[in-house]
Amino acid sequence: MTDTALTAQAKPKQKSSRPGTLALLLNNTLATTGLVLLVAICLIALAAPILPLPDPDVTAPANRLLPVFSEGHLLGTDHLGRDLLSRLIWGTQVSLAVGLSATIIAAFFGSLLGLVAGYAGGRTDTLIMRGIDMVMAFPYILLALAIVAVLGPGLLNALYAIALVNIPFFARNIRGITLGLSRREFVDAARLSGKSPAQILFIEILPNVLPVIVITMSTTVGWMILETAGLSFLGLGAQPPQADLGSMLGEGRKILFTAPHVSIVPGLMIFVLVMSINLFGDGVRDILDPRLRAGSLTRPVARTAVERGNSEVPPPSGQAALLDVREMRTEFQIGTSVYKAVGGVSLGLKDGECLGLVGESGSGKSVTAMSIMGLVPTPPGRIAGGAAYLEGEDLFAASDKRIRKLRGGSVAYVFQDPLSTLHPLFTVGDQLKEAITTHQPLSGKEATARAIELLSLVRIPNAKERLSAYPHELSGGMRQRVCIAMALANDARVLIADEPTTALDVTVQSQILTLMNGLRRERNAAILFITHDFGVVSALCDRVAVMYAGRIVETGTTEDVLNNPQHPYTAKLIECVPVLGQPDRRLDAIAGRPPVVNNLPDGCAFADRCPRVKPDCRTGEIELVTSDGERGVRCLHPLSEGAAA
Amino acid sequence: MNGPEVWMADNPALLTISEVERVFGGARKLFGGREPAVHAVQGLSLDVRKGETLGVVGESGCGKSTLARLVVGLDLPTGGTITFNGEDLSALAKRDRKALARKIQYVFQDPVASLNPRKTIRTILEAPLKHLTELNADDREARLAELLQAVNLAPEFLERYPHEFSGGQAQRIGIARALAAGPELIVLDEPVSALDVSVQAQVLNLLDKLKADFGLTYIFISHDLSVVESVSDRVAVMYFGRMAELGPARDIFRTPLHPYTDLLMRSAPAPGRRDLLAEDASAELPDPYNPPIGCAFAARCARQSDLCLKQKPSPDEAQGGSPSHIAACHRPLVRAETLG
Repeated sequence: MTDTALTAQAKPKQKSSRPGTLALLLNNTLATTGLVLLVAICLIALAAPILPLPDPDVTAPANRLLPVFSEGHLLGTDHLGRDLLSRLIWGTQVSLAVGLSATIIAAFFGSLLGLVAGYAGGRTDTLIMRGIDMVMAFPYILLALAIVAVLGPGLLNALYAIALVNIPFFARNIRGITLGLSRREFVDAARLSGKSPAQILFIEILPNVLPVIVITMSTTVGWMILETAGLSFLGLGAQPPQADLGSMLGEGRKILFTAPHVSIVPGLMIFVLVMSINLFGDGVRDILDPRLRAGSLTRPVARTAVERGNSEVPPPSGQAALLDVREMRTEFQIGTSVYKAVGGVSLGLKDGECLGLVGESGSGKSVTAMSIMGLVPTPPGRIAGGAAYLEGEDLFAASDKRIRKLRGGSVAYVFQDPLSTLHPLFTVGDQLKEAITTHQPLSGKEATARAIELLSLVRIPNAKERLSAYPHELSGGMRQRVCIAMALANDARVLIADEPTTALDVTVQSQILTLMNGLRRERNAAILFITHDFGVVSALCDRVAVMYAGRIVETGTTEDVLNNPQHPYTAKLIECVPVLGQPDRRLDAIAGRPPVVNNLPDGCAFADRCPRVKPDCRTGEIELVTSDGERGVRCLHPLSEGAAA
Repeated sequence: MNGPEVWMADNPALLTISEVERVFGGARKLFGGREPAVHAVQGLSLDVRKGETLGVVGESGCGKSTLARLVVGLDLPTGGTITFNGEDLSALAKRDRKALARKIQYVFQDPVASLNPRKTIRTILEAPLKHLTELNADDREARLAELLQAVNLAPEFLERYPHEFSGGQAQRIGIARALAAGPELIVLDEPVSALDVSVQAQVLNLLDKLKADFGLTYIFISHDLSVVESVSDRVAVMYFGRMAELGPARDIFRTPLHPYTDLLMRSAPAPGRRDLLAEDASAELPDPYNPPIGCAFAARCARQSDLCLKQKPSPDEAQGGSPSHIAACHRPLVRAETLG
């Protein structure tokens, strides 16, 4: 066995082109505003002891209720003649301190309970969570009032009360996350590494939960400050003469009409403080939450942007093809780098023909399929060049309305995972009927009849009864049949199937392949079949195109390509596949890894892994050389006939 | 790859699984009655001999992953026993998890998901060394270098995080972690099914080399018959939680006894093969909450008889050419009828 095939070299670490966390935060104007305000408020509040402020608690009845901008009292004085500015700053300090400590206490105990409940499960979980439920069943202000009533009024007791009533919030959130994490494989792996439950919980799970805790904290601090203010306003928090925003508000209440500034000043402060915390908190959440970070916030538009620029739009190939893709290029802009996922792909499909698009993960085969009908999300994707003709019509130049009509109409897709493509809350019948009526003006009854017809077409037994089944009630194979039925609902001319059998068991896979093969012959529909499996290609496809690093490297009839591969990559790829009945066939691995499409080498992308590489492979563009119409290979030194076997 | 079965048969059994059963659900409800129960694995018996690779094949839901979890002690059987070198595994798992983890290790299906995204590779690989061995810091460092060397990864990788790795590299880290504490038996649960074919070949070759270098025994679980055939000495075919067929890999793939094995082989696509056998759409797994009385495969079987519907075949109902080749079938295939 050769080890050269296995040696993986560590490449020097490249600086990621994705923007960093801080850059992302600063990019969000609202969050930045919040952060600046918050920092300013905190700095002023912290600096209270060194600022030239009068004592906040010294009364001066002679100077009572001075208006704003009075001499020596910028914000005026309250009913006891105390300086409002000084009280405001000292009070903000107290409110911030109480709000933050309450959050930290609630986060600590809540997360601890959530972690333990989520990891232990079973009885412990039930016990803890029912306890939490009981706390939640009390109106929170009533609970806080009861706690303060028992412990006596005072800022510290108010803090405990607020922390306690917020524990359930953390506990529930964290338990949910922990529950999901503790079923993950890396937790099993940690158990097998000999770690104890406590070690797993705090060393393996906690770091993964931490962002959620931070997010929850950032969104609750503002709420906690409000609650503290509420309790103080009721006279249960800070006790006179100590200033805190809530008690200042409470003191101003009685003289609201004679001296409104006494309550408006702390009121405004509470507003600004909580607002800045919430804005900042939302920004933090957007950055830390992996789902939002993955781009859920950027709403992709209904159709991939087409930016063909000034480059010439290639004309149709001239061969009478149903679907004719010419020099199509699709790119993704991520951070500052451009990923050329599809770098000039041309392919044609005739009526009733099945073309297999084969490649490894990352070769761009799925993006090719999605680009044809503009299903690549924008941003970050865009079609940067080329054309796709459906019966002579340029799809990239068509209007959005026209594309909507064609999607699911003349061109239909079948995806890999039928469970995630079907809506879990609607019956199979509803979804099928929707697919039909979107394109055809049929009455409900006619649509139902058509749906039954379609389900029988894909050989689903008891089609009529199955109409009222939900996707989860069907097996994987049945679900994929339903997806195929939906794709066929409007007499699709072209079916684009993206690994439709990869998630299925072999016996089910063979059923689906046989079905698709029968359907295309019956209905004369063309299939673009995307797969990584040469076995599947053999069973179904007339022709095959092999993709590598975003380009087609070899194309031809299935038999030709499989028996006489001319591109070294195709030959190597076929050699890798273990074949049933040939157990002693040595599995020949391909050394190295495919290049990353944001940094493609000059010349042939396969050169670094190719056993036949010559110096001229690394320079200039290598064309797909077509011979006898069907056969094409993008290689300067192709394998000759018979040499590959 | 395939050792001669002659000396294999003489090897003592390293792991013995006898009449193992794992039931999910079935707990008592609050107000009497019982929740519905599902038998994930039922009446399963087999030996794993020292130094062999036992392939376990079956479709999703056949209980092969449950079997894997039972063997490594991540789950405990509800009936029957599993013994390792004569020692009861369930008792060991309860008494001393670490002792078990030193003997039997596991390689996961999804290589990236099995690595904690927030730990460096060093932390991940050091964990079993810290918790399962007595090595001191210097020895651990040496062992880490050895492990990386064994799975052909550059030492620089140690300080990186899992998301920086491709599937094939991540799987090699997973394999290194399993090797760390020097186990005798490694359970490989679909170790290559998440990988591209070219990478799959690399990992399979690596597994072969490691087995020879460290004298390992493998249980290799996969749904891919051709992969199993190329790595296994013996093969167990599972269907609906039970053993359908067990025997030397060559015998099973050349002359399958059970119609289910035959169906699997005919359904598998292969380059250059145009005709796939396809069943009717009605061919589905039986309802696990309401299992059939007779053979679970009878409903899909072309050879079913009254006996098949009434009575479950025992695991060694049918005998093949060699004495170790057995199948749970009342009406086994004979040589002429198989695809040979």
